[in-house]
Amino acid sequence: MTKIFETPLYPYRRSADQDARTPVRHPVVVIGAGPVGMAAAIDLARHDVPVVILDDNDKVSYGSRAICFAKRPLEILDRLGCGEPMVRKGVTWNTGKVFFGDEETYRFNLLPESGHKRPAFINLQQYHFEAYMVQRIRELQEEGRPIEIRGRNAVSALAEHDDHVRLEIDTPEGPYNIEAEWLIACDGAGSSTRRMLGLDFVGKVFEDNFLIADVIMEADFPPERWFWFDPPFNRGQSALLHKQPDNLWRIDFQIGWNIDREEELKEENIRRRLHAMLGEDAKFELEWTSIYTFQCRRMESFRKGRVLFAGDAAHQVSPFGARGANSGLQDTDNLAWKLRLVMEGKAPESLLDSYSSERIHGADENILNSTRSTEFITPKSEISRIFRDAVLDLAREHEFARPLVNSGRLSVPCTYDGSPLNGPDCPELPRRTRPGSPAPDAPIANGWLLDRLGDRFQLLVFAVNAPERLEDGGIEVETIRLDPDASPELRERYLGEADGAVYLMRPDQHVAARWRHFDEAAVIAALRKATGRE
Amino acid sequence: MTSLNTRPNIDGPDDFYAELLALHEGLSKAESDALNARLILILANHIGDRDVLREAMQAAARAGEKPASNG
Ligand SMILES: Cc1cc2nc3c(=O)[nH]c(=O)nc-3n(C[C@H](O)[C@H](O)[C@H](O)COP(=O)(O)OP(=O)(O)OC[C@H]3O[C@@H](n4cnc5c(N)ncnc54)[C@H](O)[C@@H]3O)c2cc1C
Repeated sequence: MTKIFETPLYPYRRSADQDARTPVRHPVVVIGAGPVGMAAAIDLARHDVPVVILDDNDKVSYGSRAICFAKRPLEILDRLGCGEPMVRKGVTWNTGKVFFGDEETYRFNLLPESGHKRPAFINLQQYHFEAYMVQRIRELQEEGRPIEIRGRNAVSALAEHDDHVRLEIDTPEGPYNIEAEWLIACDGAGSSTRRMLGLDFVGKVFEDNFLIADVIMEADFPPERWFWFDPPFNRGQSALLHKQPDNLWRIDFQIGWNIDREEELKEENIRRRLHAMLGEDAKFELEWTSIYTFQCRRMESFRKGRVLFAGDAAHQVSPFGARGANSGLQDTDNLAWKLRLVMEGKAPESLLDSYSSERIHGADENILNSTRSTEFITPKSEISRIFRDAVLDLAREHEFARPLVNSGRLSVPCTYDGSPLNGPDCPELPRRTRPGSPAPDAPIANGWLLDRLGDRFQLLVFAVNAPERLEDGGIEVETIRLDPDASPELRERYLGEADGAVYLMRPDQHVAARWRHFDEAAVIAALRKATGRE
Repeated sequence: MTSLNTRPNIDGPDDFYAELLALHEGLSKAESDALNARLILILANHIGDRDVLREAMQAAARAGEKPASNG
């Protein structure tokens, strides 16, 4: 049986563009068919913005990469129409165990908050994730949406012009050129777009290596996240065990900085490590093994003229906390509606600068969190290790020390506090839904709040009077009336003690502004602010 | 807002000091360092107030600075 990651999913086909006399111009070109590039393209095509994705490969991602997908990205995927199969296939987990030395120090339950359609996390191999996205692209094509994916199309040169970017593309049948009015660079951590435009990517490399093995085995470990500090089978280092679908297990060993890579990657050595961990008679097969070093860095700005950077191309974090793909999906969630308004002439180009500033805010939060986790997992000085071990020693007996244990702070979305797009707040209303926040889900009559939100501006109206719809400068605002008592979670998250409220929601399901009462002039002013028109 | 109390506050200072040293008796340097770290964490949690903790950290750092030579 050919495995999913060996099958070409978008094999090279000659495009009419290759035979055109003058380069064909496209409204949007996306470079890279990773999770982030595909999400960007799907989001735009759903709104009939024509988009071409170029990838130098023709298969899903190779090797051990993302496994943990968090609630917010799952909500974004629901909006894109591909969350359901992923959640169905994925492994849902809630329990984490922390081991220090020979013993279990404590266990925690993520205690998922009630009243959300999606779980806190699922584990799913990145190759499955990408295959579902390709499937979604095929569905959109069948519906006649303007989306195209070109395999084995490697972008080799770029030239920036006032109203477009010219791309040179290498294919198995030789090079050709196209033009893009807007270019979204999702070409990963080694982004050649970044390099071709001479942009910096500075940050910090962690001087450590991680051996990552994806192991197929029939084991009766529960679907939990197990994390070891200084285990007997990997002294002085850390290790992680996590379940994926199809009896696949992700195992990470921290192995230190000065290693002999080739030696470490020999199958017999990897097997020796795994037997020390899983027991001498454990039976398993290796699906992948690789050694990674990790880094944290980001670009100075995620926009350069007509080129927008998203995902690993724009920022990179160490994987503790599962923030890579998760934050990349939040980039495209933020970008797609803004680009659409700019392309329709309904918002000024400067709206795209808010994409950069809002997502830099998110990237910095992710970098901070993952840097701190890395410091805890791999202490860089003697005193750092002393405190780390003190925390772990205390955690066994003392509850107070457990929140200090940092084996990765799992990805949560950021709130765009201080964003230039934020309108007025109303301090009487709950803090978690302040302007800039992603809307928390809640049960409503016949379903879930988030299934009703997104893709356009909306006014959430709780027990006050407001018109059916509003419009300003060609931008429509749809009114959604909600019964505050539809569920206790809805009330608690959106009203608190107040009896009524009005929320202006952005197309990415973030709160733009909110009030206790409806005031048309105030809503219109906030709409202008949220679209960069003031 | 409470602030860091830097006036004498410990009843029986000599006894307390002796107890602190006794705790470290017979420990290697590494064991003592570990014990100090645990103690700091326990005390810090008891105080809890981030402003007070910050003041305490600054006071500890300042007291270790070399006095400026004057003249
Ligand atoms: C061990 C490990 C564990 C991880 N765990 C997690 C996790 O649990 N959760 C999580 O969210 N993230 C995790 N990540 C991070 C995650 O894998 C990345 O953040 C994610 O793949 C980034 O997606 P992307 O689309 O931005 O880039 P990529 O997936 O790197 O895709 C870039 C694409 O661009 C193409 N490309 C590059 N150059 C060109 C060119 N010149 N022309 C055409 N195409 C080009 C490439 O072929 C590729 O398909 C992990 C990463 C690693 C290594």
